[in-house]
Amino acid sequence: MPTKSLPIDRVFKALADPNRRRLLDLLHEENGQTLTSLCDEIDMTRQAVTQHLQLLEEPNLVAVVWRGREKLHYLNPVPLYEIYERWIEKFERSRLTVLRDLKKSLETEGNDKT
Amino acid sequence: MTKPEFVYVTYISTTPEKVWQALTDTDVARKYWIGGKGPAHMNVSDWRAGSRWEHQRADESRAVDVVGKVVESAPPRRLVLTWARPAEFDDESKHSRVTFDIEPQDGGVVRLTVSHENLAHDAKMLASISGGWPSVLSNLKTFLETGRALDYTGTQAR
Repeated sequence: MPTKSLPIDRVFKALADPNRRRLLDLLHEENGQTLTSLCDEIDMTRQAVTQHLQLLEEPNLVAVVWRGREKLHYLNPVPLYEIYERWIEKFERSRLTVLRDLKKSLETEGNDKT
Repeated sequence: MTKPEFVYVTYISTTPEKVWQALTDTDVARKYWIGGKGPAHMNVSDWRAGSRWEHQRADESRAVDVVGKVVESAPPRRLVLTWARPAEFDDESKHSRVTFDIEPQDGGVVRLTVSHENLAHDAKMLASISGGWPSVLSNLKTFLETGRALDYTGTQAR
C-alpha cells in the first residue's frame, strides 16, 4: 500500500519492466480482468504474473476490486497523470507563458511606435 | 453486483470530511474540478438521497453538463450518484453510476476510490469520462495537500 511519502520512485520502478507495462496495456484494452484472464494473454507463469501485479498494486498503478470471490484488476491512471502533470504539462504551460509574454511585448512595442 | 468500467484510486493526506466537502461544496470544487480542457466544474445539490444533482460549469454560463440523482449519501464516507446527460434525466435506463468511497487509512491518509459503472452502452460518455477523472483526482489531491488553488484555472476557463 502506498504511504503518504511520494511513491513516485516505485511508480517509475514498476514501469521500468516491459512485462509490467504489457500488463498495464492488457488492462487498458480490457479493464477489470481477473488473474486467470490476464494469464491467458501473456506468456508467463501464473506466479510471475501475480508478482508483477503486486508490484503494480503497491504504487497504485493497479487498483483491485473484489466482486464476490473474484479479484478484478483495474488500470489506475492517477499516478501516471501525476507524472504527466509534473514532467510534461508544466513545461507546456511555461512555453505558453513565453508566447503570451512575447505577444504582449510585441504589442507594447507596436504601441510605442504609434 | 455489476462490474465497474473504471476504478480510480488516489491516496490523499487529509481527512474524510475535507474530501467530502471538496466533492459537494461548490466553493471548493470550482477551485480544482478541472477535467481536461474547458472551465472548472462544481456539483450542486442538497445531497439528500433521491435529490437531483447537477454538474455545472463554474463560469458565468453556469451551464449544466451532467445531471443525476443522489442514490446514497453517507457523509463523510460514501456518496453514490447516477450520471446522465441533461436531456436524459428522465430516462434512468441511460444513467450510469458513480460511487465515491472515502476510507481513512493509517497515518492521516485517506483512500478515495471512484468507481464508474453502467457505462458500457455509451462509448462517447465512456471516452470523455475516462479522460476526465484522472485529472480531477490528481487536482483534488494537489489542492487538499497544498491548500492552494490551481494557478491555471483562470486561463482554462476562458
